[in-house]
Amino acid sequence: MNNSILNKKLLGSLILAMALSACKSTPMADKPAAVEDKSPQTASQPTAPASDSTGADTAAANDSAVSGNPLTDPNNILSKRSIYFDFDKDTVKEEFRPLIEAHAKYLSEHGNAKVILQGNADERGTREYNLSLGQRRAVAVKKSLNLLSVKDQQIETVSFGEEKAAAGCADESCHQTNRRVDIVYEGE
Amino acid sequence: MNAETIAVEFLTSHVTLSQPMKKLFKLFQPLFLMLGLSVSTLVNAALEIEITGGGAQQIPIAIVPFAQAGVATQEKMSDIIAADLRRSGLFRVLETAGVASRPSELVQVKYPEWAVLQAQAITVGNITALPGNRLKVSFGLGDVLKQSTLVSMEYNIAPNQLRLTAHKIADEIYQKLTGEGPIFASRIAYISKVNKRYSLQIADADGVNPQTVVASNEPIISPAWSPDGTKIAYVSFEKKKPIIFVQSLTTGQRLTLASFKGNNSAPSWSPDGTKLAIVLSHSANSQVYTINADGTGLKQLIQSSAIDTEPVWSPDGRWIYFTSDRGGNPQIYKVSVLGGAAQRVTFQGDHNLSPRISADGKTLATVRRDGGRYSIAVQDLMSGQVQTLSQGGQDESPSFAPNGRVILYATRAAGRGALAAVSADGRVKQRLSESGGDIREPAWGPLLN
Repeated sequence: MNNSILNKKLLGSLILAMALSACKSTPMADKPAAVEDKSPQTASQPTAPASDSTGADTAAANDSAVSGNPLTDPNNILSKRSIYFDFDKDTVKEEFRPLIEAHAKYLSEHGNAKVILQGNADERGTREYNLSLGQRRAVAVKKSLNLLSVKDQQIETVSFGEEKAAAGCADESCHQTNRRVDIVYEGE
Repeated sequence: MNAETIAVEFLTSHVTLSQPMKKLFKLFQPLFLMLGLSVSTLVNAALEIEITGGGAQQIPIAIVPFAQAGVATQEKMSDIIAADLRRSGLFRVLETAGVASRPSELVQVKYPEWAVLQAQAITVGNITALPGNRLKVSFGLGDVLKQSTLVSMEYNIAPNQLRLTAHKIADEIYQKLTGEGPIFASRIAYISKVNKRYSLQIADADGVNPQTVVASNEPIISPAWSPDGTKIAYVSFEKKKPIIFVQSLTTGQRLTLASFKGNNSAPSWSPDGTKLAIVLSHSANSQVYTINADGTGLKQLIQSSAIDTEPVWSPDGRWIYFTSDRGGNPQIYKVSVLGGAAQRVTFQGDHNLSPRISADGKTLATVRRDGGRYSIAVQDLMSGQVQTLSQGGQDESPSFAPNGRVILYATRAAGRGALAAVSADGRVKQRLSESGGDIREPAWGPLLN
């Protein structure tokens, strides 16, 4: 892909975003978050892979939270699904609070929606312990959702331990991408 | 591709043990064993072995090719026996080509001929055909210095039992000359990952004859042998979550042992084979349960708000050792099978994980984390003394040989998973790798009948 096409695309989506924010009363605060999605926000939050859908087509299709799917709208925080953790920890960090609150709100408003929280660990340590650690992380996210009034019946927790981790990580920036809980909605 | 890629460093000089030396050897035998022992792992098409380090003292032994008039075999039994003994690190197998005589029974042995070779012991044997497609294998082990018989045995076997019989003969020699329990006539299980496909493999303890027990596009972990070696329990993610299966190695029949909500993992058999300890999460943290081998009678063993996992039975069946982070970091604890309070067992190392107990109940092996590196460590359960045995940095899944003298474990080599084995003192090490594959999660099975 050459630069001019990229620039046109970027320009197109910017214009569209401006138009959308102008005609809807969406708070501006939501929009920059979506734009920032393309660049690493913090050291501990790696960029989501291949979420390249800022193109005009996608944005146009999802221009309304009512007709489009907010769960997959890249401009919607609900499209963010990963919560990252520190080594051997299950503490849900403050920076992921908005993400969890958004999913809690969605689940509360959609009583039939169900999520599977998939816990993961980096490859360091034993496979069985990492399976338990991934589970504990999934449970930590579940508790956060429970505190925000999401019902137990809407949540299942499972762990893949280190089995889905990118193997052969040489440094922390690689390891940290593996220490996460992914929120997967039923039917996805 | 049957080439044996074994290189053993012999550190001893070629000296026959004289009588006083033998006495000395007897006296310091435990020490020699600790210095010298390693594991039996040979090569077939897929597996390659590299041995590093060497034993301090080795028994010189002559192994005369077995007579087998009119009997065709794929491998020479004497080669299998020699390879087993050589890899134990305790034996120096002598070149016998220069000796003209080829005795097949001890009565035919002219001991002075073998004394010239500085052999301390000599093994001879004979394979003959019996009616009904059976074979008779006889072997004898002689003491060259005393010119006397140490062992003499006969086996009536089917032709496909030749390898196993060779391992049994190697075990007889090993037991008689070292005083240690048998080790060679056993099998190992491990998980192989090739091109994103996972399979549970079982091979002879020397790495030969790998057989696929089950294969999947999703991960398989935690294979565990039933005490009688006829079944294997494992955790498969084939249904997109961890579920425990028990599979018969004789019929291939498979039982879903535990498929509860959440995770089902870490199976470990009770010594009598009637129960397993398993780990379930339901909707919360991993907790230890026991369940009958047929999937009935689920009971929670111990309740905590921490992670409790990796349960393993003590050989006397009275205790279950497990990993728990109830103290802040993962360490090993034990609890009575009747329940009650857990007692902490490990105190050295930032973390200790994956407890395994030797068959005599005396030694605990763990994965120990120190300064970010994971090693295999052993702890004497009586004295509490701890020794770190490996330096791989990413070592895990320790598994004792049936006689407890060797620990097989998973390591990484050249960016891929490989198996390694280490003697009790960490001196003799072997690495077992599969070309193009990633192997992990080894489990050493019981002795074969």
